[in-house]
Amino acid sequence: MAAKTDNFQSPDYFNVDELLTEEHKLIRESVRNYVKKEISPIIEEYAQKAEFPQQIVKQLGDLGCFGPTVPEQYGGGGLDYIAYGLMMQELERGDSGVRSTASVQGSLVMFPIYQYGNEEQRNKYLPKLASGEWLGCFGLTEPNHGSDPSSMLTNIKDAGDHVILNGAKMWISNAPFAQVAVVWARNENDEIQGVIVERGMEGFTTPTTHGKWSLRASATGELVFDNVKVPKENILPNVKGLKGPLGCLTKARYGIAWGAIGAAMDCYHIALEYSKERIQFGRPIGGFQLQQKKLAEMVTEITKAQLLNWRLGVLMNEGKVTPQQVSMAKRNACEVATNICRDARQMLGGMGITGEYPVMRHMMNLESVITYEGTHDIHLLITGMDVTGLNAFK
Amino acid sequence: MKILVCISKTPDTTAKIAFSDNNTKFAEAGVQWIINPYDEWYALVRAIELKEADPSTVLHLVNVGGADSEPIIRKALALGGDEAIRVNSDNADSFNIASQIAAIAKDGAYDLIFTGKETIDYNGSSIGGMVAELLDLPYISHAVKFDLEGGKAVVVREIEGGEETDKAALPLVVSCQKGMAEQRIPNMKGIMGARTKPLKVTEPVAAETLTAVASFDLPPAKAGVKLVPADNPEELVRLLHEEARVI
Ligand SMILES: Cc1cc2nc3c(=O)[nH]c(=O)nc-3n(C[C@H](O)[C@H](O)[C@H](O)COP(=O)(O)OP(=O)(O)OC[C@H]3O[C@@H](n4cnc5c(N)ncnc54)[C@H](O)[C@@H]3O)c2cc1C
Repeated sequence: MAAKTDNFQSPDYFNVDELLTEEHKLIRESVRNYVKKEISPIIEEYAQKAEFPQQIVKQLGDLGCFGPTVPEQYGGGGLDYIAYGLMMQELERGDSGVRSTASVQGSLVMFPIYQYGNEEQRNKYLPKLASGEWLGCFGLTEPNHGSDPSSMLTNIKDAGDHVILNGAKMWISNAPFAQVAVVWARNENDEIQGVIVERGMEGFTTPTTHGKWSLRASATGELVFDNVKVPKENILPNVKGLKGPLGCLTKARYGIAWGAIGAAMDCYHIALEYSKERIQFGRPIGGFQLQQKKLAEMVTEITKAQLLNWRLGVLMNEGKVTPQQVSMAKRNACEVATNICRDARQMLGGMGITGEYPVMRHMMNLESVITYEGTHDIHLLITGMDVTGLNAFK
Repeated sequence: MKILVCISKTPDTTAKIAFSDNNTKFAEAGVQWIINPYDEWYALVRAIELKEADPSTVLHLVNVGGADSEPIIRKALALGGDEAIRVNSDNADSFNIASQIAAIAKDGAYDLIFTGKETIDYNGSSIGGMVAELLDLPYISHAVKFDLEGGKAVVVREIEGGEETDKAALPLVVSCQKGMAEQRIPNMKGIMGARTKPLKVTEPVAAETLTAVASFDLPPAKAGVKLVPADNPEELVRLLHEEARVI
């Protein structure tokens, strides 16, 4: 696949950059340069082959993209949420799968160990996860329980100094390569608890999920637990109930709200350039009103989402954000990004369906992004319940 | 070992170039600033490598510029300098700038002073030589490789059709170009660390200003392309002969 030079620049129609600090801009520039150097030249080939570029784990660790908001004493970055959002935007501008790897590691593995774990657990796992020496995964979804995780069947039973874990998780990002899994399971008192399962524990396997048309450069798999003996010191002591995994999801969804807009920015950037160069009927296609409508709507939606994300980041930094606000931003970002990528794909005509351009890869990736961490419908129900006070889930 | 790296701010290579004040000033509005690539990718990164090889090395950065240079100085610190000095002056005259750097260099008693071979905006290529002269130090320009062997510098320069290897005692001034090192991307640890690294601001010393810009001119706009239909080679020959006068 011919790797073109990646000359991406992000649109900034409303001077949103003025709301950022110099440090935020430097962080964004660094991650963008990393993506241009290490991701853009290789990602298409990995996606085509449906292979996970394992080298990115160490690279992302070195760069500091794993757990940037976790305190420095545990190997994290100690950065704020705007910085984290910008990182996710830039990574997903490269590929949603790369961003997923970072989201899972930071928000779904490091965050619960930091937030719900004890000091020994933090010291044992966080530095290795932050540096990329270890890769982690997060097991919530089950074959028969996706949108409704509260009905999960995976369970732990007390057996003295350890618990016995049984059950199966499905659709788990990073699973095939992960050294550690944060797994949510029901205990004998019917409470959901988090346990840290390590690769190598007897009865624990991670079969790969094949045949995906989306997120092909991210490894997805199952977690199968057949009477796995997990030491009690691997149970996350400081949370019980669904609020444990949901707290993690709020952090990860926040990253998705920024990330999906990164993918949208890439598609807009490419469609805009293409529209100025591609000549049909004797003039650049960007001169036709139908194409301008698409571009104008793209940049409008990107701008609205940028402002929404920025405000969400400020609320997050102030500790005032509600999970419902995060839901709205995640849903909005996925909606506009999906539309923008599809429009961009059409603007590229036949070229749009090839790997020559990243547009169709983004478009297909976003089908996962709009589904995981709460489907598009589920986020609508969250907003609906929030504004009406009426539960439409069941 | 004490190393001083000169860091200058230049417009990003994609910046639109325009002038104001009767074509005597560069119009800075909306311009994205970067560290001059020769300073960053080659001089600074090589200095960082020397510090990595010998952690007792002290690595300082100097910039002659206004407060708007601070973002690029922070980036340089994020890459790896220990501390930075900004001489608060927007004087654009090379001799004046070199005098400011020489004053800082003298104060700090550095063993090595690195500059880029030129800035990518004004292409002056003069600071390194002037600093060396002002400090009465040896100067090696356009270095593509720099090593220390037994306390002496071994420097490879690019010359017409080949390479030249020089040896010099320290202290020494070297201007650096492509080949010295590989571009690095600052990581989050570096960026966080740069927050607390000292960035000292000093006022300029008295020094002469020897030149001033009279005016800038943009290159003439490229003439449009004339397409000659493929079935009319006679016309092409006529145009090449009569208009372009190349045949
Ligand atoms: C590539 C990929 C990676 C993933 N990574 C992870 C991971 O790392 N960890 C993890 O735990 N999970 C992961 N997931 C799982 C993901 O979170 C689930 O797929 C998602 O929550 C939806 O669950 P489901 O697939 O079982 O769909 P279902 O819940 O069966 O939903 C099917 C449809 O029914 C709709 N629906 C469900 N309930 C309602 C309702 N009450 N009202 C109206 N409509 C409803 C949904 O919106 C959807 O359209 C991943 C998924 C994918 C595709």
